[in-house]
Amino acid sequence: MTDLVVPLLAGTVAAATPLVFAALGELVTEKSGVLNLGVEGMMLLGAIASFAAATTSGSLLLGVVCGALAGAAAATLFAVLALTLLANQVATGLALTIFGTGLSALLGQGYVSLTLKGMHALALPMLHRLPVVGPVLFDQNPLVYLSLLTIGAVHWFLYRTKAGLILRAVGESPESAHAVGFRVIRIRYLATLFGGALAGVAGAYLAVAYTPMWVEQLTAGRGWIALALVVFATWRPSRVLLGAYLFGGVTILQFHVQALGLAVPSQLLSALPYLATIAVLVVISRNYQVIRANAPASLGKPFHPGD
Amino acid sequence: MRLRLESRSEPSRAMLVASPLLAGGMTLGAGFLLFLVLGQRPGAAFQSFFVAPASSRNSLAELLLKAAPLILIAQGLAIGFRANVWNIGAEGQLTLGAIAASAVAIRFDGVGAGWLLPAMVAAGALGGMAWAAIPAWLRTRFHASEILVTLMLTYVATLALSYLVYGPMRDPQGLNFPQSILFSQAALFPNLVAGTRLNVSVFLPVIATAAAWLFVAKSFAGYQMLVGGLAPLAARYAGFSETRSVWLALLIGGATAGLAGVGEVAGPLGQLLPTVSPGYGFAAIIVAFVGRLHPLGIVLAGLLMSLLYLGGETAQITLQVPYAVTGVFQGMLLFCLLGSDLFVFYRVRSARGRRRPRVDGRP
Amino acid sequence: MGEISAHATPVPRLALRGITKVYPSVVANDGIDLDVAPGEIHAVLGENGAGKSTLMKIIYGVVAADSGEVRWDGEPVTVGSPSEARTLGIGMVFQHFSLFETLTVAENISLAVPGALRELSARIAEVSERYGLPVDPRRPVHALSVGERQRVEIIRCLLQTPKLLIMDEPTSVLAPQAVEKLFATLRHLAAEGCSVLYISHKLEEIQILCHKATVLRAGRVTGEIDPRRESAANLARLMIGRDLPAAAHPSPAVEREELLGVIDLSLAADDPFGTPLRNLSLSVHRGEIVGIAGVSGNGQKEFMTVLSGERLVEPFEAVRLCGAPAGHLGPRARRARGLAFVPEERLGRGAVPPVTLAENALLTAAHLDMIRSGFVRIDQTRAFAERCIREFDVRTSGPDATARSLSGGNLQKYLVGRELLQQPKVLLVSQPTWGLDVGATTFIRQRLVEMRNAGTAILVVSEEIEELFEICDRIAVMFGGRLSPAVRAQETSVAEIGVWMTGLFPGSRAGVASGGLPCA
Repeated sequence: MTDLVVPLLAGTVAAATPLVFAALGELVTEKSGVLNLGVEGMMLLGAIASFAAATTSGSLLLGVVCGALAGAAAATLFAVLALTLLANQVATGLALTIFGTGLSALLGQGYVSLTLKGMHALALPMLHRLPVVGPVLFDQNPLVYLSLLTIGAVHWFLYRTKAGLILRAVGESPESAHAVGFRVIRIRYLATLFGGALAGVAGAYLAVAYTPMWVEQLTAGRGWIALALVVFATWRPSRVLLGAYLFGGVTILQFHVQALGLAVPSQLLSALPYLATIAVLVVISRNYQVIRANAPASLGKPFHPGD
Repeated sequence: MRLRLESRSEPSRAMLVASPLLAGGMTLGAGFLLFLVLGQRPGAAFQSFFVAPASSRNSLAELLLKAAPLILIAQGLAIGFRANVWNIGAEGQLTLGAIAASAVAIRFDGVGAGWLLPAMVAAGALGGMAWAAIPAWLRTRFHASEILVTLMLTYVATLALSYLVYGPMRDPQGLNFPQSILFSQAALFPNLVAGTRLNVSVFLPVIATAAAWLFVAKSFAGYQMLVGGLAPLAARYAGFSETRSVWLALLIGGATAGLAGVGEVAGPLGQLLPTVSPGYGFAAIIVAFVGRLHPLGIVLAGLLMSLLYLGGETAQITLQVPYAVTGVFQGMLLFCLLGSDLFVFYRVRSARGRRRPRVDGRP
Repeated sequence: MGEISAHATPVPRLALRGITKVYPSVVANDGIDLDVAPGEIHAVLGENGAGKSTLMKIIYGVVAADSGEVRWDGEPVTVGSPSEARTLGIGMVFQHFSLFETLTVAENISLAVPGALRELSARIAEVSERYGLPVDPRRPVHALSVGERQRVEIIRCLLQTPKLLIMDEPTSVLAPQAVEKLFATLRHLAAEGCSVLYISHKLEEIQILCHKATVLRAGRVTGEIDPRRESAANLARLMIGRDLPAAAHPSPAVEREELLGVIDLSLAADDPFGTPLRNLSLSVHRGEIVGIAGVSGNGQKEFMTVLSGERLVEPFEAVRLCGAPAGHLGPRARRARGLAFVPEERLGRGAVPPVTLAENALLTAAHLDMIRSGFVRIDQTRAFAERCIREFDVRTSGPDATARSLSGGNLQKYLVGRELLQQPKVLLVSQPTWGLDVGATTFIRQRLVEMRNAGTAILVVSEEIEELFEICDRIAVMFGGRLSPAVRAQETSVAEIGVWMTGLFPGSRAGVASGGLPCA
């Protein structure tokens, strides 16, 4: 039994990791009041940038860093349009996704057939020998550990530091924050760029660690699932982890069901993550009061001091 | 010299018209640079991309053929966007429309009757509407975001299509290829211009444009939806039903997308395939925006977008420029439009010099 | 000859010379001079639209003046931002509080005041004790009453040891008893040497509290006087340039049939920060004006949404319109029965900002022949809008002007006109003259009285007690989601209503009502 469960759980953790990164990044962005729907585009750009950097230079670390930078650069494009030029945030995010998808496909032309020796698992000494928990949590690749650290860091930042307090205040009421004297636009820029960087890392993880390769649409909608995850987590970092692992589990289930030889059409299994997303959204959104009490009040609304 | 943005009390009429043109111009400029970077001679690339597709009778027919679904879908989507209902899943609704129409065509294959094609058209519209009804219900009943639901359903729709063409709807004589039977003559839109692929379905967007204009400019229902999008509290105050608006918005979008789906399978494709659309559902979103959510603007924007599609195909063949360039252009066009829209609502002023203390006390 | 006077004029804490600020549509400030001495409570008096808010924003660094000079303790300065103002020693308590609802009191204050959260709580407790401003640092702001929120704002300023405190219309959200406490705090501060700039349009308060007053009218200073020595009539004349219009007191109403009835209405809040309604009962008859007094936040908004039809209630008989149950009817059905409603939020609820006045008429007056077979009759909408503009003195370029291009007063006149032109049997009005200049205020109150004389049943919700006493036949008070009995205006007084506004009215549970938001 354990030889079914352990690989399932370990696979869940690995599959969930890109969602953790992307959702955390978007959570910080949304906490400042900015809705960036371009996560899918940013992840794809991060993926191709990291793959290209890694195959060219041979350094996986450089790949990941380039992925983060690419994500941040894409986010900057969004920020200039939505925060400085006051464009509609929904439309701008969509534009970023379309643009990112197209640009990554274009840039990735030459990399489709290349192979890359991906990131290896890094077993943590002694911890990885623990029964069940060991191989599941402590024998993963370094980016997985990074994702868990990031959850803690974001939580600590938002709820234990003054800067995090300011960010939350900006997200709730940019007018009041401006009246108190905070540079709302600058804070939102930083939050958006951070979100982009993490989305880039998520994409990098897919390209250099999870399935070390590049194809068009590598992310297969994970960026959108990450957006749903933020709602599911009611904008709290710890619940992002829960949601991501749930989704990771659903994703992994596909392969294991097939292995079990059940006669389920493969397309239905592939559709499970998307259907699960819808189900999760419905369950969490129906309690409108909870959403209203937790969602940053200014989410998606443009802010112009002096209006 | 510091610049600052000053809100206009009324949107600038001049800029309402000028900004799409400005955006088009900027995209061309960006495209110029892109071609340079890709190592192409920009002049030749431009020729292939923008001029060639409009130069022969055949290519003009292709232009209209591609513009038709874009305009059709965008008219439906625009009505929703004006009401702040974000239907991102038109691609999925198109797919369902194609599936529904194909099901009718397959079921009644061999029945060469006049009602077959209209039945397919109806089925297509209903199929798209059914797929759009899901997010409508989930939003009105559970407050679930239609942005995410429609998107997720698009992935599901593609998978459903794959299942069907590999399975139940596969042509038994098709040598195991994932495709349906070729539709009979009665199940295809009649050809309009001999020697081209242009067919009768091109009238659908014409009707849709007229209907959209009537709805948006003249109808009370259109007014109610507009208010719902601009000022939801005012809509509540006036007693305009938000539920009704959301349903209408999504059903209209789903219907037009479904019709576009029929247009593809009963038109240029002639059968059901694993891919029935080169991303029309997503491109239509851009068309809606570049057309400023206005029925006539959408027609022009649809033609422009169609040009980009054709240009991409041509460039791929003649210049070996990857087809993905089309997606890049589409994204750039939308970015440029969103950026230049700024000037519709704001004007740029130089920030006046900060107050300097004056010794004499008077300016 | 060369003797230095023993009583040299002290250097003013704040001195303004020639401050001018011009906006595209109006000259907000025109060459304003102002002097505030240390420890002085200085009023800036003027009606709405006179330029007081703009002047304060300039002093606090939110907005830059086009020309003029600001001197602080004798030295010329440029105040570039609120944080620079705070560094200088200027604190400001805004009329619309800049607090964050989901954060606690202590967190809110720590956003503006440097220092660790823990030691800040101690300082908050100390200041709150010293100046008589009781507040619990650990409570989230959304759970506080309006009066408590104002205290948080004041404490936030005081923790930065200001030398000048600007109070922008502070008493518009307070019940009379709370005003007393505020004045005591301000006097305490002034005695310690802190100057206070007190912005208001309320003559009586300024006469009680302030040492000096600068009067603004249409962006200019019309007088600098000692308010304790001036008569109210004089102050009014400086403020509005002519004598205060005599209020038209309505003649006592004869009891007629009920047109709007509320019977034991209870409703849960649908908003996490809202107020539940409890056992409300009220009757408004033909040809009478009933007023509801009370500080905002005690359930008035929720009550209005129930009466207008934006929220439906059960049992249906809890709300009766023209004699029949109406709890199940939406806004359009109620309008068909003869209801009209002027909400307190004008742009965004009463009118759609980017849409024209003619198109805004469709919002509520569509049933006046503006729709045919589902299509809009544009000529009818324009005709209606033109009529409204004419009859209600709306200064605008025409029916094609957008709602947001109108000034506050003109938009309100249009909205009131739109509702009155429908000849309603029952009219609901919420904060009819909030933020309007005297001209528009008098006009609207006059028209309400005229409607009443013609037989309309009118319900007015207002935070201004004076307004209610001016036009209402009967007055009730709303507190914590409960409603007091409605008494004849002639049989009660401002003082009694003030007491009722703290929740102590006949039939209520004495003191704080359980649940809901007690506001005092």
